[in-house]
Amino acid sequence: MKFLKSPLAFASTLALACLAFQPGAAFAQKGETVKIAWIDPLSGLMAPIGQNQLKSFQYMAELFNKNNPAGVKFEIVPFDNKVSPAESLNGLKSAIDQNIRYVTQGDGSGAAGALVDAINKNNERNPGKEVLFMNYAAVDPDLTNSKCSYWHFRLDADTSMKMEALTTFIKDQKDIHKVYIIGQNYAHGVQVAKYAKADLARKRPDIQIVGEDLHPLAKVTDFAPYVAKIKASGADTIITGNWGSDLSLLVKAANEAGLNVKFFTYYANNSGTPTSLGAGAAGRIYFVGYGHPNMGGPIRKLQDDFKAKFNDDFYVADIYTELQLLSEAMAKAKSTDPVKVAAALEGMRLKSYNGDIEMRKTDHQLQQDLWISVWQKTDAKNPYSVENTGYTFAPVAHYDAYVASTPTSCQMKRPS
Amino acid sequence: MDQAVINILNGLSSGLLLFMLSSGLTLIFSMMGVLNFAHAGFYMLGAYVGYALSRVVGFWPALLFAPFVVGLLGAVFERVCLRRVHKFGHVPELLITFGLSYLILEVVQLIWGRAPVAFDPPAVLAQPAFTLVQSAAAGLSVVLGHASAATCAHAVCSTFPATRAFMMLVALLMLLALWLLLAHTRVGLVIQAALTHPEMAEALGHNVPRVFMLVFGAGCALAGLAGVIGGTTFVTEPAMAAAVGSILFVVVVVGGTGSLVGAFVGSLLIGLLQTVPLTVDKSLVDAAAAVGWTVAPDGLAYPLMKLTLAQVAPILPYLLLVLILIFRPRGLFGTRDD
Repeated sequence: MKFLKSPLAFASTLALACLAFQPGAAFAQKGETVKIAWIDPLSGLMAPIGQNQLKSFQYMAELFNKNNPAGVKFEIVPFDNKVSPAESLNGLKSAIDQNIRYVTQGDGSGAAGALVDAINKNNERNPGKEVLFMNYAAVDPDLTNSKCSYWHFRLDADTSMKMEALTTFIKDQKDIHKVYIIGQNYAHGVQVAKYAKADLARKRPDIQIVGEDLHPLAKVTDFAPYVAKIKASGADTIITGNWGSDLSLLVKAANEAGLNVKFFTYYANNSGTPTSLGAGAAGRIYFVGYGHPNMGGPIRKLQDDFKAKFNDDFYVADIYTELQLLSEAMAKAKSTDPVKVAAALEGMRLKSYNGDIEMRKTDHQLQQDLWISVWQKTDAKNPYSVENTGYTFAPVAHYDAYVASTPTSCQMKRPS
Repeated sequence: MDQAVINILNGLSSGLLLFMLSSGLTLIFSMMGVLNFAHAGFYMLGAYVGYALSRVVGFWPALLFAPFVVGLLGAVFERVCLRRVHKFGHVPELLITFGLSYLILEVVQLIWGRAPVAFDPPAVLAQPAFTLVQSAAAGLSVVLGHASAATCAHAVCSTFPATRAFMMLVALLMLLALWLLLAHTRVGLVIQAALTHPEMAEALGHNVPRVFMLVFGAGCALAGLAGVIGGTTFVTEPAMAAAVGSILFVVVVVGGTGSLVGAFVGSLLIGLLQTVPLTVDKSLVDAAAAVGWTVAPDGLAYPLMKLTLAQVAPILPYLLLVLILIFRPRGLFGTRDD
């Protein structure tokens, strides 16, 4: 044991060895600040949701800044788009003027579509100033099919995937016979209705669609007339893509009119809605998503920290996935240049809080597990009290990524 | 049948809620000659103040105190701001209420945040007022409160929420009180005189500015009362003012600015117009087919004619607004032509 004679020499050898093998130690991107333009609503009816997401982004950036594979610092720069496509483009323009190369958006596929178009043009016209778009919640399937773009990556499961999961669950619910579809009158509501009808016809042809309604987005204050109509139709189940106040008020009106039907929703966990669900809705409200409030594991600690800090729920968990993917891709590309990062993101596989995920190369649609959970009282297995209501969403079904995966028609144009 | 009854009751109850707002608005209009843009803001303020108070003293005292607080705030606003700009004419008055509507919105968001708050009705209102039982054998019947599970096993039970019944009750009581006050008390006579002939009333020794302050405060208090009830029935959130604000102006224009009867009729009309057409899935194409005229799907007018009444329902009140402004600018019961 001659070489251990001098502890100092040993320590310095070890340090040298570590330095040589530590990945990224000498990489160019280390210590760089990556600004991400967050373009979503901070005012208007959907402001509560936007504020929650912004807080979640800032919180996640803080977390990743302490430690991430690329050694970069994330900085979130918010732009209020008032859920409007036109305002989103203004936000994008300001972001590009400020040399921000990463854009993230989620609330509303209309705004997402406008951003994709504008970013495609920008990247074509301004080589060396490309912008990358991380879409964390706009779920119109067109964005990864007919309108797919090399510069767009979607982290949420799209409408067709979520409907695939929902209808796989509905298939085995023998007490469902008559379904009513109600949605908001824009791209998302229309797509939900389309896929609901197609998937149910395939998996449960005996189910009858007894009615279909589209109502104005974020304008209806009184859903009682719709509920009376649903009641008159004899439906035992409602499928809705509604979010924000449109879901809260719908469920509330249904509770009051004694419409005791099942609800299959996309967004029952969004800010404000759990508060309006109440005890009357327990056991009847389902939501499909890439997670649920009782996942446990490392995400549980983040939820608790977030609640302690903001007294709010951390539920847009794919923000975690987004920063995880970005930092891994930056480490892999050894750069923060969006062109190299986009190439590194394609086909990237990771283990995230909700299991194994893959950024599908063909259309840039993240493949991940989906869960269906139901509104119920918190219990020992499902302890997380959503919006401090004493109720929670407890998982009732878990689908592996391949179950809900849907094919794509995307003909991706890659930069040569 | 049962759903038709429920629908009409829904329409009437939301119409009556609108009346609680439009009555105050129209009284203030008679007095100032301009619409109070902040009126819907006072409605929201009523809901939030009611929410805050109900957490301390319970719902029923809050229902009593919140309108009082909101009315007081309204009176203070009239005394401190509105009265000062009155001498500059209508436009500054209009602008200051416009500014106030934003101020209220921002203050509410600063204090209570942008997300909805859980303002639930008390237990007694959280249950159905009555249940309509529609059975194939016995036809339509009404049961107070909940119908028994045994009854509902063989029939369709539709409940009408107590919050809505309560809303109707309060609005009707308010209508009665308002009418008694204006037509049969000395204060009411002074108000009526001050509204139509302010100089004369002043010359007779009445303190007209104070009357204006009281009317403004009372109008705001009514909006606050509507807010407490509307906030528990629907959702208490910062957007509730904007949601009700635009429809409120339709009511006042349709009913006739400055007319209480007009406000009442206009409110009920708009309330019904907002709810009943939503349930009709028939279009002009169907109507044409009923009289034996077939519209070809490739026809020029087909895209417009195929829209169902349910689809166009949300724009019907605004369509009515435009039509009224064209054909009867003073509204159904309006007295002013200017």
